[in-house]
Amino acid sequence: MRAMIRTILRLVPPTLILFWFAMVFVGPLIAPYDANAIQDADVFDGMSRKHPLGIDYLGRDMLSRILTGARYTAGIAMIATMLSVGSGLLLGLAASAAGGPLDMALSRFLDALISIPSKLFGLVVVAAFGSSIPVLVATLAVIYLPGCYRIVRSVAVNVAALDFVTVARARGENLGYVMLHEVLPNILGPVLSDFGLRFIYVVLLLSSLSFLGLGVQPPAADWGALVRENISGLAYGAPAVIMPALAIASLTISVNLTIDSIFGPQERGH
Amino acid sequence: MSALIEVTDLHVTARQANGSDVELVKGVSFAVARGQVMGLIGESGSGKTTIALAVMGYTRFGCRISGGRVRIGDTEVTALDAPALRKLRGRRVAYIAQSAAAAFNPSRTIMAQVIESALIHGIASKADAKVKAIAVFKSLAIPNPETIGMRYPHQVSGGQLQRLMAAMALITDPEVVIFDEPTTALDVTTQIDVLKSFKAAIRDRNTTGIYVTHDLAVIAQIADSITVLRGGEVRETATTAALIHAPVDDYSRSLLAAAEPALRLTGAAQSIEAPVLTVSGLIAGYGGLDSTGMPHIPVLRDIDLAIAPGRSLGVIGESGSGKSTLARVIAGLSPLARGSVKLAGEILPATIAQRSKDQLRRIQIVFQMADTALNPRVSIEDIIGRPLTFYFGLTGEARNKRVRELLDLTHLPSSVGTRRPGDLSGGQKQRVNLARALAAKPDVLLCDEVTSALDTVVAAAILDLIVELRRDIGLTTMFISHDVKTVRAICDDILVLYAGRVAELLPANAILAPHHHPYTQLLLASVPELKPGWLEQSHSRARGSGEPINPRRPAAGCAFEDRCPRRITDTCDRVAPPLRALGPGRVMVCHRQPEEL
Repeated sequence: MRAMIRTILRLVPPTLILFWFAMVFVGPLIAPYDANAIQDADVFDGMSRKHPLGIDYLGRDMLSRILTGARYTAGIAMIATMLSVGSGLLLGLAASAAGGPLDMALSRFLDALISIPSKLFGLVVVAAFGSSIPVLVATLAVIYLPGCYRIVRSVAVNVAALDFVTVARARGENLGYVMLHEVLPNILGPVLSDFGLRFIYVVLLLSSLSFLGLGVQPPAADWGALVRENISGLAYGAPAVIMPALAIASLTISVNLTIDSIFGPQERGH
Repeated sequence: MSALIEVTDLHVTARQANGSDVELVKGVSFAVARGQVMGLIGESGSGKTTIALAVMGYTRFGCRISGGRVRIGDTEVTALDAPALRKLRGRRVAYIAQSAAAAFNPSRTIMAQVIESALIHGIASKADAKVKAIAVFKSLAIPNPETIGMRYPHQVSGGQLQRLMAAMALITDPEVVIFDEPTTALDVTTQIDVLKSFKAAIRDRNTTGIYVTHDLAVIAQIADSITVLRGGEVRETATTAALIHAPVDDYSRSLLAAAEPALRLTGAAQSIEAPVLTVSGLIAGYGGLDSTGMPHIPVLRDIDLAIAPGRSLGVIGESGSGKSTLARVIAGLSPLARGSVKLAGEILPATIAQRSKDQLRRIQIVFQMADTALNPRVSIEDIIGRPLTFYFGLTGEARNKRVRELLDLTHLPSSVGTRRPGDLSGGQKQRVNLARALAAKPDVLLCDEVTSALDTVVAAAILDLIVELRRDIGLTTMFISHDVKTVRAICDDILVLYAGRVAELLPANAILAPHHHPYTQLLLASVPELKPGWLEQSHSRARGSGEPINPRRPAAGCAFEDRCPRRITDTCDRVAPPLRALGPGRVMVCHRQPEEL
C-alpha cells in the first residue's frame, strides 16, 4: 500500500510537466474563454463554478489566461534553455577536449560574462532593443550560457583526462569525434541535471522580468506578467494573484523533482 | 595454547542497489594464536579485506555481519555495541591500509596523526605519546626519527609513509594488527625495506597479525600460516611451508603456479633484419624548454634503443624511472625535446597532429588500467570496431566479421560484443584493450604495465595471450613493467631504466648470468622469492636505502650514485658513467668494469 502511494506520488511531478508542456501547444484551444475578453465586471472575484480560478483585474477569466500564458512561460523558457545549454555544452566540450589557448580564451571571456548581474543584464538588453519574444529568448540564453559552460567544462575535463580519450587521440581522431563520441556520453547525466536546473532559473528570471514589466508585453501575458498585473488584488486575497504564482511554483518544483528522481539515486550510487 | 583471534562461521552480506542481498563472505572460520601472523590470500573479490575488517567489527558501507562470531581474547567482537567497538579499534586492534598516501590527512603533521589514537584512547599524555612515537619510528627503521614527525605527509616518500602508518597503528601497543596489502603500491626495492621493518616490529612486540595480500611471495616472508580464499570461502588453511611445498587445493596450486611465471620465450633468434622501431638520443620532459633546448623537468635523457621485427623489448624500472613517458613519447602523446623516433627507418614527427594516419596506425599503445582505457558507454564491438572503420574504412558486415576474428584472437566469446565494459571482468577488459590495439594491425605494440592491475592468475593468462600473439602474428612489442619476473618471462631483450637514463640493456636470457649493473642487481635481489626465510637472507644481497629516485639530482655524475653499493668515491658523483658495449645487444652504463660487478 505504501509502495503504491509512493509510486503515485513519484508520478505527480512528471505528469505536471507533461500537462504544462501540452498547454504550450493546446492551451488557448482548451481554455474555456477567450483569454483577452472581459467576461465579468466583478473584478478580483473569487473562485466560482463559472470561473474556477477567479476573475482578474479587468474581469477576464483567470483559468483561460493561465492556460494561454503557459505558452509564453514554458515555451520561451524551454527554447532559451535549449539554446543556452546547447551552446554551453558545445563550447564546454570543445574547451575541455582541445585545452590550451582555446580553453583559456573561452573560459576567461565567459567568466567576464558571468560577472554581470543577470537581472541588470536583462534590463539593459531589453531597454536597448525593446521587448520582443526573440530578444527575450536570446537574452535569457546568453545569461545562462556561461554557467552551463562552467559545469560542462568541469565535468568534461575529468573525462577527457581518462585513458580512453588518450587512446582516441593517439588513434588520430579529430576534435569533434573525441567531443561527441568519447566525452559526451559520459557527461550526459550531469548535463541533463544542469538542464533542469537551468530551466528553472530561466522560468524565474523570465517571470521576474515580466513582473517588472520588461518581459512579455500586454495584451499577451506570461505567468510573471499575470502576477504583476493582478498585484493590487493581493489586498483582497484574490486568487488572480495567487494562481499564476502557484503555476510558476508547480512547473519549477516539478522539473526539479523529476530531474532529481532520474539522476539523483544513480549519481549517489557510485 | 588457545587462539587469540577466533573467527567462526563468519558471514558478511552486502545490500545491492536493487535491494537484494548478496553474500560476500560465506561461512569463513579460522584461528590465529598469540604472536602468530596469518596471511589471507586471494584475488580481488575473494572477500579478504572484508574479512580483515570484520575482525575489527567493521564492515564497509552497505555491508553487515550477518552471521558467525569473531572473538579476540575474551572479547566477543560481534556482540559489541558501537561505543565498545570504538574502544576496541585503534587500541586493541589496529589497521594498516594499502595506500598510506590516501590514508594520511595532508593538512596535518605526521606526528599529530601518529599519536592521535593514543590521545583518543587516553593512554598517554601528548608529551609521552611523542616520546613513544619516536621510539616506534626507530624500531621501524624510519630515517630521521626525531624530526620526521614535524613534516607533512607529502614531504616523505611512499615507503616511509607506509612505515609511518604502521607506527600509527603500533603506538597503542595493540594486541592485533591488520595489514591490508600494505606494500602493494610500493616499488620492489622499497617493499623489501618495509617488509623487513614490519617483520621486526611484529617479532619484537609479539604482535598477532592478519596480513592481507594477493602476493604469495610477500606473504611467505611474513606469515606463519596462510588461508587461501576464493569467492568468500576458505579453500585451504595451512602453515606457510606446507602451503608452498605441498598445496592440497587446486586453486592454491594455480596461485603458486602464477606466482612463479614460467619462461614463455619463443626464443626468436637474434634478428639481423633492420629494426622496426629505433629511438636515438631521446631527451624528453615536462614544463617547456629552457634556452638550451632542454626541458625544465627532464624525465628521459639520452635514450637509445632499437627493436627488430617480431622481437619484444622489456623496459623495467621503478616508478619515476620514466618508462611510461618513453611509451608516450614514442606514441606521440608527450613532447620530445631532442633526438628522434624512427619507424622502419622513417623519422616520425613529434606530435600526433603532425603524424599521418598510417604512422599513427602502425604504433598502438595499450594502457595499464582497462577500466579507464575503455569508454564505459560504448559497446565492445564498437570499441574494437572503431579502429577498423577509422583506419581501414570497414563498415557493416565486413567490420563485424573482423571484430569477431579479433574477439576470437584474444579468446573472448563473441557474445561480449554487444556488452559494455562494465559487464566484463578485469581480465576480459584487458583482452578487449588488446583487441582494440590489434585491430589497427600495428607494426609495434606498446604495452604499458598491462598486467599490473590484474590478479596473478588472470595476469598469467594475459601474458600467455601476448606470447601467443607474438608467435602467431609476429607482433613486435615494447613491454613496460616494474616487475622483473614478468618481463623476463615474455621478452627477448630487457632495458633497465633508472631516473630516466639507460642503466643496462641485455638479452633476457642473460639476466641470471653474473656481472650486472648494480641497479639491475638491486632490482633482481628485491623481488620476493617464494620461499620462507628469503627476507632474512636478502640483507646481504641487496642494499636498498629505500630512498626514491630523485629526479632533480644534478646532471653530473651517475644518477644511481647515492644508492649504489659499488660506487667509487670522487668518480661516480662527478663524472657521468661511460656507456660500455658488451657484445651484441648488451650495453651497460657504469664506471665499473663488468668483471668487477
